[in-house]
Amino acid sequence: MVNFFLLILIYTGIYSLMAIGQNVITGYAGMLSLCQAGFFAIGSYVTAILCVDCGWNFFATLPIAALLSALVGVLIGLPTLRLKGDYLAIATLGLGEIIRNVINNWDSLTNGPMGIQRIPKPSILGITINPYNKLGYLLMVVIFVLVFYLILKRLADSRMGRALEAIREDEIAAGSMGINVTKYKVFSFAIGAACAGVAGSLQTCFSLSVTPGTYTFMVSVMVLCMVVLGGMGNFKASILGAFLIQLISYFPQLVGLSNAFPAQVKQILFGLILIVMMIYRPQGIMGRSRRTYRWAGGKTKDSRFLARLAEKLKPGKSKEASK
Amino acid sequence: MSSMLAINDIHVSYGNIKALKGVSIEAQQGQIVCLIGANGAGKSTLLRAIVGLEPLVMGSIEFNGEKIAEGRTEHGKPHVVLTEQICARGISLVPEGRRVFADMTVEENLDMGAFLVRDKALIIKRKSEMYDFFPILWQRRKQKTRSLSGGEQQMMAIARALMSDPRLLLLDEPGLGLAPLVVQDIFSKISIINKENKVTVFLVEQNARMALKASDNGYVMENGLIVLSDRADALLVNEQVKSAYLGQ
Repeated sequence: MVNFFLLILIYTGIYSLMAIGQNVITGYAGMLSLCQAGFFAIGSYVTAILCVDCGWNFFATLPIAALLSALVGVLIGLPTLRLKGDYLAIATLGLGEIIRNVINNWDSLTNGPMGIQRIPKPSILGITINPYNKLGYLLMVVIFVLVFYLILKRLADSRMGRALEAIREDEIAAGSMGINVTKYKVFSFAIGAACAGVAGSLQTCFSLSVTPGTYTFMVSVMVLCMVVLGGMGNFKASILGAFLIQLISYFPQLVGLSNAFPAQVKQILFGLILIVMMIYRPQGIMGRSRRTYRWAGGKTKDSRFLARLAEKLKPGKSKEASK
Repeated sequence: MSSMLAINDIHVSYGNIKALKGVSIEAQQGQIVCLIGANGAGKSTLLRAIVGLEPLVMGSIEFNGEKIAEGRTEHGKPHVVLTEQICARGISLVPEGRRVFADMTVEENLDMGAFLVRDKALIIKRKSEMYDFFPILWQRRKQKTRSLSGGEQQMMAIARALMSDPRLLLLDEPGLGLAPLVVQDIFSKISIINKENKVTVFLVEQNARMALKASDNGYVMENGLIVLSDRADALLVNEQVKSAYLGQ
């Protein structure tokens, strides 16, 4: 039981990475992308192939997995990100399926539907990380989630985060403010893809085998569901969403009712969650996070600075000061 | 007096439909120039072409003597400045229908207007100038922009455009959907911006009387062509303009 709960937490961690990546794309830049599963697969296979065929250390494959996913994201992003709303969703949905099909059929590289087995356990500084020791593995996953959370939080509070929010609200206005819309959209897409790539690596390292069947469209839907359930534009909420969705999807097994609930019930539930959230709480459980911009002196946590700023900005003040 | 904005015989098409069929307009430094015309005359298309949102089929647009947009030529690719670079050159657009960032506060909107300004002190200085100029925005600075009235949103859109300290301010129907008194207020603000900040203004408006009263020069557009151009005060008494646009 404890072990099973740890398993859920590990998957929560892996999916959290994908979800916060999706949140950059959907929550911040406002693009509906449905191909996190594709980037997840790329990350998984990069790690698997490099570990098995080239004998690389797992940790050395991580940057390659992230970079390759991001690169594919950029290459696909440049032509498709001109599309809006539903059209973008369809294009990215297709991309996810294409990636899976390529993996499924590129026998010489990916071993086709058989997948890749016997992936060596990762080790760092002489310590072998054993995925069967769930607590240890969970610790590693938590560290990854924490690092990515902090990096992305920092990014979202930066100039780039504001540019993305402006683009989400109004592309034309954002463009006329001097924001390079294409650049920032592609950049956010690449970041989201890189997160999913790293999540894929962690998945490979946890299951020690990869098969194309893991990376179906359902994964992308699940990730989107996590973001919507938690709250768009809020990374903490994505982690919460990931946990709740994982809990729901393993609930029948957790309470020993897996015979009573067929696997499809899960999919019905996700659909229901999306619909109910959209109607009753479109901002998600936690809602958008409060912005704490660090540039332009916009908002800072330092209240004294804020007070001084307010004094400076008061009407009539500046003219007196300049006299 | 040098010509700040020079539009030379531009053609713009949407597929088979020719929206602009050879339009030439000139704005001198420090002037307010207005373009009036009915719905669908091509006014907004012209503004979109200036900021690089529509490609030109023919002709060219020059800003301060530099080409910022060009139609197809025999030799090679036309030189086009992208929308996001237009702002850096000193042109700021107040788009039609205001297009404020509705979920951001007024202050955040103003910050966005200064996106290309890296100097925080300068941003604060400009913001304080804007709050001096539009005191209502100071009161509303912490509110989400969607909670503002139409007139306040329009003022915010103008303030946001001014945050980048432009040399040329383009306004697309600043009076759209606003009460006459509010429109008057906005036009008087535009005049002050023009006189005190030495910003050249090019505005497109259906409210011909308001626009002409505020302007130095005026152009009248019909079906993608300039049919009249003169000093604004002369256009105000022009019989043709009177009957077609001023309802007299």
